[in-house]
Amino acid sequence: MHELGIANSVLEAVCGEAGKHAGARVVKVGLRVGELAGVDPDALRFSFECLVKGTPLDPLPLEIEFCPRQQQCPACGHAFRVADYETSCPKCGAAPTECIGGTELELAYLELEDK
Amino acid sequence: MTDRVPLERKVLNENDRIAAELRARFRQNGILCLNLISSPGSGKTSLLERTLGAMAPGTRVAVLTGDIQTDNDARRLARFGFPVEQITTGGTCHLDARMIDRALADWKLEDLDLLLIENVGNLVCPSSYDLGEAAKIVLLSAAEGDDKPLKYPSIFFRAALLVLNKIDLLEHVPFDIARARENAWRINPRIEILEVSCLTGAGLEAWHGWLEHRCQKAQMEAALPAG
Repeated sequence: MHELGIANSVLEAVCGEAGKHAGARVVKVGLRVGELAGVDPDALRFSFECLVKGTPLDPLPLEIEFCPRQQQCPACGHAFRVADYETSCPKCGAAPTECIGGTELELAYLELEDK
Repeated sequence: MTDRVPLERKVLNENDRIAAELRARFRQNGILCLNLISSPGSGKTSLLERTLGAMAPGTRVAVLTGDIQTDNDARRLARFGFPVEQITTGGTCHLDARMIDRALADWKLEDLDLLLIENVGNLVCPSSYDLGEAAKIVLLSAAEGDDKPLKYPSIFFRAALLVLNKIDLLEHVPFDIARARENAWRINPRIEILEVSCLTGAGLEAWHGWLEHRCQKAQMEAALPAG
């Protein structure tokens, strides 16, 4: 359960970014969490709510975009979503393929409103 | 009026920054740093005991071992006569780069060739934190389930090596070692796999060989110009 620590890192990043936009208030935070990030989105959202509660940022919804694992075939270039752990290329059968998505743990955006 | 500001930054970028500094220092000093990760009880400390026990006196190796409480592991490992430091996280379920940076503050890195980090016993959280290591090593024991790679893909995806431990138990437990290998390869087709028993010593020759090969590689990389 390291989601509380991750939520705290998100909050620190949000506060840092918010400081650059004087006169605006943060009303929403967008996050991208990959299938392979090892982070549970529900636990992260819950931790974030707990941290924000009682601060001037409250309420601050966290919108999480869950990113599935995606691979790209080095032989034919085909990019595909991994289903049932099958990472060989569904088009040409080449293996191994390169992981191009699913490891994200990124702050995607902030939504700001004039104070 | 609502305005959306794109950010595109990693959540753990502060950890990653410290990890990158550590990696550069390890490289400069020709140190191979390995990060051992597994659930509690898979045999991380036993593998380290076997590793240190096989090393000649004077080998330039050190261990950082992480636990939530107690210095039991550090005491187990200190008897081999190499530097060992316990990182007690006091509740945190993983090590992060700052903890490694702090633990190394009083050490002379130029005196080391190999730094082994034993992470907190946990198959999930440690996978998110880069410690500046050259490779993550995941351990899985025959006393666990052979479907662990599918249940905890994050660490099997990031590990360079899977050590399947406690193979002496295979005849007593339902663990299917072929299925464990297959599951690990489904998550990470490039993962290397070794089978060992830290109890009987079976398979450890291959582990020592793997370690030696990686140490030589780290020394060669240190001799090359950076970049």
